[in-house]
Parts: sequence; structure tokens; C-alpha cells
Amino acid sequence: MNRLSLLLAALAIGATGARAADDPFPSTYQPAASQPTLIRNATVLDGTGRRLDGADVLMRDGKIAAVGAALAADDATVIDAQGRWVTPGLIDVHSHLGVYARPAVNAHQDGNEATDPVTAGVWAEHGVWPQDPGFATARGGGVTTLQILPGSANLIGGRGVTLRNVPSTTMQDMKFPGAPHGLKMACGENPKRVYGGKGRAPSTRMGNVAGYRQAFADAQDYRAQWDRYQLELAAYEAQQADGKARRSRSEPAGKPPVLPKRDLRLETLVAAMDGEIQVHIHCYRADEMAVMLDLAREFGFKVAAFHHGVEAYKIADRLAAEGVCGALWADWWGFKMEAYDAIWENLAFVDAPAKGCAIVHSDSEEGIQRLNQEAAKGMARGQRAGLDIPPERAIRWITANAARSLGIDGLVGTLELGKLADVVIWNRDPFSVYALADRVYIDGALAYDRAAPAAQPESDFLLGQQAGGAL
Amino acid sequence: MRTPLTRAASGAAALLGALVLAAPATGAADLLIRNARVHTVGERGTLERADVLVRNGRIAAVGSGLAAAGATVVEANGRPLTPGLFGGMTALGVEEISLEPSTVDNAPPHGGATATAAAEPRPEFDVALAFNPDSVAIGANRVEGLTYAMIAPGAVSGATVLAGQGAVARLDGRVDAFAAPSRTLFANLGAGVSRAAQFMLLEQAAREAKPGAAMRDGDFRLLTVTGREVLARYLNGGRIAFAVDRGVDIRQVLAFAQQKGARAVVIGGAQAWQVAGPLAQARVPVVLDPLVGLPDSFDRIGATLENAARLHKAGVRIAFTNLNDGTHNARKVRQAAGVAVAHGLPWDAALAALTTNPAEIFGLGNEFGRIAPGYVADLVLWSGDPFEVTTVAEQVWIDGRAQPMRSRQTELRDRYRPGAR
Repeated sequence: MNRLSLLLAALAIGATGARAADDPFPSTYQPAASQPTLIRNATVLDGTGRRLDGADVLMRDGKIAAVGAALAADDATVIDAQGRWVTPGLIDVHSHLGVYARPAVNAHQDGNEATDPVTAGVWAEHGVWPQDPGFATARGGGVTTLQILPGSANLIGGRGVTLRNVPSTTMQDMKFPGAPHGLKMACGENPKRVYGGKGRAPSTRMGNVAGYRQAFADAQDYRAQWDRYQLELAAYEAQQADGKARRSRSEPAGKPPVLPKRDLRLETLVAAMDGEIQVHIHCYRADEMAVMLDLAREFGFKVAAFHHGVEAYKIADRLAAEGVCGALWADWWGFKMEAYDAIWENLAFVDAPAKGCAIVHSDSEEGIQRLNQEAAKGMARGQRAGLDIPPERAIRWITANAARSLGIDGLVGTLELGKLADVVIWNRDPFSVYALADRVYIDGALAYDRAAPAAQPESDFLLGQQAGGAL
Repeated sequence: MRTPLTRAASGAAALLGALVLAAPATGAADLLIRNARVHTVGERGTLERADVLVRNGRIAAVGSGLAAAGATVVEANGRPLTPGLFGGMTALGVEEISLEPSTVDNAPPHGGATATAAAEPRPEFDVALAFNPDSVAIGANRVEGLTYAMIAPGAVSGATVLAGQGAVARLDGRVDAFAAPSRTLFANLGAGVSRAAQFMLLEQAAREAKPGAAMRDGDFRLLTVTGREVLARYLNGGRIAFAVDRGVDIRQVLAFAQQKGARAVVIGGAQAWQVAGPLAQARVPVVLDPLVGLPDSFDRIGATLENAARLHKAGVRIAFTNLNDGTHNARKVRQAAGVAVAHGLPWDAALAALTTNPAEIFGLGNEFGRIAPGYVADLVLWSGDPFEVTTVAEQVWIDGRAQPMRSRQTELRDRYRPGAR
């Protein structure tokens, strides 16, 4: 709970109480009913860096109950996974599913509130259309958790939301319980092109940085207002209590302090500075990332990840030292100037230093269906460049490292005991172009079964259409 | 056999489709690649532990125990050897950085995506005139095994129905890069302006290009004089590539092409599987992106990752392209081919869709796309299965010449390799 929420809750503003003040759009996600399931004889990449051959994975009560050899569970459904591979459910930290939904008609352009360079008060979750058919195809690709971000038109585009990739009628039914919000910021060409094109600031990279700084300076002032209010309120209450106790008539009755007006923009930025929101920054160039790291230090926030980071490899050591992840593509490049210096080895080079944190992200309704293949490309090129990157390490780029940047690594991203049972059974080594997810479990419940069309729920949108059929 | 080439830099000559003869690839020593897994993409199928002899830039022999005095010998150690891959529909050499207009030459001037602009089709636009063989995008794709690609005029959505002409270019940095028989006129159909209006404009353009006796001066409203001449050539047995996704629109294209006497190629064709029978019957090929599997638009409601497999099964000739970023990431076509295989396309058919099929579709089937005597020696030696995402091209040859396996991207890699600084 952030400090504003605490204050608001303490003041019992509104009738909805503390929880609603903490998140006015609370998660209503409920794990699907599951049975104990024992996966036998698989090659397991557990997300912690371990590879276990011929291993078993037991899921019970929606959690990972055991991983090891020759497990037994009399009450479990047994899946023979001989010759198949098992990984944690995949996590995409950069998706616009739902906010730029398919079909990409005008009415579905909900990802960029491109009317002001700082729209920290908008939340991606309010633009998510749960019927985007891309959720189902991503699920078929093994994606069990994903962060939906606003686009990159703005310097500060708003809050991202982390979702469970389950078929749902409402966004709240997908919302990952306990996951912090993300804050989407953007460096470089996009904001200055969008607003410069409108004849307003920012139109340069100078304007970009001035824009972030003023916004966070305003947030500092806003935070100070609330801190002062809190102090005055405490003093007032103490005075009232004291007066009551002494029943003194000699002291004048004090006035309660005036409640500051809430500002949704600045509330978000304060929460980011207070570490309650994970900061995700779209930033291609190494020099700009370095500027953003200084900005983060000036205002006391932590950068969770630089997204796209086409030049992250140029400052891989610094990113690792500062504990900042690089959320990257394997091979996108050249579509704009700041994407000119891409190399295949970006993921591998960012991963290489001690504490390096490489993440494969998609930013694409196509790429999210094959995060495993994107990771495979980065892994193979890293190996060719002489780095030791076995599959059990590269799998972390699409599981554990992604979970870390979203602030949910205590819950998902590995197959450690007690973690949520998000599990993918692949028909073969997932780092192959021919690999397909056979089964996808979310919270221990079967969410996708390649062999059973009934277990591949499709969007309402596709009902009654001349759709393509089997995937 | 010699390759007729157009001289791209010579505007008038290119417009007239004039042919100049290729300079024979002299000077290069003979090349002998030994002990390869040779995917001939021809009648001989796949040959294990086979040798390929290259002489004067052409395949001289394919077999076992070949020898050639003085030849450069490459030991393949059983690794796969394929024909050079076709890069699909690209803007290679005519688009350095997509969002920088000063580097983009693949579309004619237009008034924006408006219905008014739609009334200005310019079939005479020839993207080849701007081809820059030194683009770093070419090198970055060549080292991934792409040896030739269609340089296509851009689809400025809604801006023009007839987008102009393109042709297949060799990707080894030569200036005279274009293979004349591949010249193709591009038409863009689908969302943007009324589909009926698009067919109306096509019909009007065709009337102007091949005017009947009843037409008067005032009836020529759409095309320039040059545009009429150019379009007339394509309507007289030329090749017109239609970017189109919906099944019903593809039916219209088939009817139009048959009526006007053009050879149609479908580009995209997300719903082509719905009209696989008519496509096969009309012998109209489809250049598709195997990664298109979502209803991206109402033209793609029926998109499926099985499109390639279904079309192939129905007897439609298919080739692959990357519709997402077909220029910088044209190289992704081999991954896409693997995805098509994972979704039901036979492996050999997928390789054909990157080699002999596109060569056939664009009029180069006698010289490109196979490893067989007489064929151009565009070859790639792979570290493994060429469709695998973990495989890389070990060596690329164009006209039998070993291409430097370096690009701007490998230079950056080597500068920033961990421990290098």
C-alpha cells in the first residue's frame, strides 16, 4: 500500500474502505479448479538455471508441490512426458494485447493517450479488451502471465497492468493478484515525433528529459503536500485528544488541515518514487539509457527494465551493476534511426555480466506466440560468440528474469516449491522452431491442450465467423 | 545459359524492359564443396555426402567423388547445403530506415491515404531506379543466407491501387542487380478505400491501357501516357502481383487477371486457403507470410498458421515473405518456414517455398532455386537445419563467389563483445 492509500484508508474516504483505496479496480481473478497433476519423465528447465533430465513435476492445489525423480502421488492425474520438455509458464513483460486488439480497427486503438506528453494518470487496464484473440494464441504459445503497457507516444504513458492469461469476460478477472502496477515511460524518437509534429513540446531529446524532470519535480512537490498534510493532521488530532483529556477552555479550538486535492498523474509518479510501481522505460540507445539512469537517481526511483534496448549491449556492465534488466527483441532493427545498431547478440551480451538480467519481450501479437523461439535465436548467437548459454540459462529470459522485472518473482517464473503452478509441456526442446506447447497450466489448471480443441477457448469475437480453425 | 539483366540505373531502358547480358562470372576459381547434405530442390531430392562443383559461377556437377584441379575446396562435413534463399517481398536497397523519409524510395509521391490520392495510380513507378546495393540492410540479410529478393514498391495503404513496378535483385552488392524476367507490377487491394472502388479503378486503368475504339480523349482520366504503355505491357501476358487477403477479393483478382490476360500472383493471401481450389486451377501462386495467424483485420478473419500447408496440399504454388518487416528482417523467412512446417507443411515443400517456387513464380526458374547443373551457383552452407532458429549460415556464395560473412551488425558485435573492451 502506498502512503497516499494509507492516508486515504485511514481517513476512510468513501464507503468502499481500504481495499478499494488501494486498488479501485481490484482483481477478481479466481484460479480455475484443478486436480493434482504429476508430469513424469520430462526434461525440466526449472527457471532457476537448473536442467533436470527424466524428472517429474507435481502440481497440487495450484502450486508446485514437488520437482524431482520418481515422484509418486496416488491421487494425481499422471501425464507421461517422455521425450518432452517442461518449463515454467512464459511471461511477456511488454505486450499491447487488449489495448491494441485484433482486428486492428480504429475502435481498437486504445494504447496511446497521445494528447499530452505526460499521462501518468491513465491505466492500460482501462483499455484492455479481454476478447482480443491474441490472448488465446499467446496462451497456445505458453504465455501464462503478461504485462499490458500503454504505448510509447508519451514521455510518461501511464500504468501497465500484469494479467493472468486466462479466458475472461472482464479485465479484473485476469488481473494478477498482488502484482504491482508498471509505469511506462518512453525515451527518444517517439514522444518528440508525436508532440513535435503537433508543434508542442517535446520536439527534441532535450525536451524529452525536461518533460520527465518537471513531471517528477511536480510529484515531489505533491508528495511534500501530502506529507505536510499528514503531519498537520497528526498534530491536529493530538491537539484534539489532548484538549479532550485536559478539558481545557483556555486553548483555542484548532482547525483540521485541508485535505489536498488528489492528482491522478502525480499519485502515480509518487508511487513510482516510493517503489510501489515498477518503472519500465522504452529506450533504444545506450546513451539515452545512461541519461535515464541519472534521472532515476535524481528523483529516487528504480528502473526495473529498459524495453527494446537495442543498444543495451553497449552498456551491459552498467545495467548489470545497477540491477536493471534489458527487455529485448532477438532480431528487430532498422525501422527507425534509434534501432539502427541492433545485433543478434544483444540478449546474450546483456545476460553475460554477473547479475546481468536479460529478458525477451515481444511488443507484438505475433512474437508473443513464440517467445521461446526468440530466446533460442539470442541463445544460439550468444553461443556462436563464445558465451556459455545452455537452455537452462536462456529459459530464464522468458520466465524468472521477466518475473523479476514485474515484481512477481516470489510468485511465478520458476518451478520452485510453493510457486504458482504455471507450467508448459512442450512437445520437444522449446528452443526449436518446430516446438509447440502441448499443454499449458495456469495455477495448476489446464488452460490449453493442443490435442483437444475444447481446451483451446477462443475469443467471443471469433464465434460465428469464417475463422481459420485449428492452430 | 546466360542471365538477362536490366540495367537498373538506366531509367528509359529499365522502363522499356530492355535486356542486357550478364557479365559472366570470370576470374573466380572453381569451387568444390565436398561432403554436404545437398538439398537440390530438384528431381534428385536430398543427397547425403554429396559434392557440388561450381565453374564460372554456375553449378557444373552434383555427385559424389567429384574432383577439380585448382578448385577451392570446401569441406562441408555433412552440413546442409541449399540454394540461396529468396528473401520475399522487400524494400532492400530502397529503404534504409523505415521512419526516415530521406532514406525511403519505395513509394511514389502521394497525397496521403485519401480517396483522392487513390485515384492516382502510377504503374510506371519503377522502384528499381533507386536501388542502392550498398545498403547495410542488404548485408545483414545476405549473411543470413538470402541471395536474392523481390524489391517491391511499397504499399502506401489506401494511397494507390497500382503501386508500380519491382523486380528481383541479387544481393551481392552489384549495381546491375535486377533479373529482367522477374519484373512485376504491384497492385494493392483491401482495406483503406472501398474495395469496389479499387476494382473500379483497376478496370478503368485497364481500359485506358488497352483502349477500345469507342474511347475518346476525355475518357483517359486516370493514367499518364507512360502509365498506359507500362500497364499495357503487363496486361499482355505480364505479371501482376496483387496484395490481397480476403478470399472473395482473391476471386475478383482471378477473374480480372483472366479477363485482362495478365498472370496474377497473390501476395499475402491470409484467407487464400478458402479459395485454394480456384487458385490451383488458375495456377496462380501465393506469396504468404506463414506467421500471419491472427485476425489482424476484417480481411484476415480467416487467418491461420495452416495457410501454407492447406494451400500446398491443394496444389497451389507457394513462396514465403515476411509481411511484418520484410526489409530489415527479411531474414526471418526461414524461421517462418519452420513454423509452417510445425503447422503441417512438409519440410521439402517449405524449402521449395524459399527457393525454386519463388524463382518459378518470378520467371527465374530455369536459373535459380536449385542445385543442378547449369543453375546459378547461389548457395548456402548451414550449421544445421536451415529452418532452425539456432542455425546460422556458415558460408554464402553468389555466382560461386564466397561472400564475406560480415555485416555492420557483426562489426558492432565484435566491437562490443564481452571482454573486447
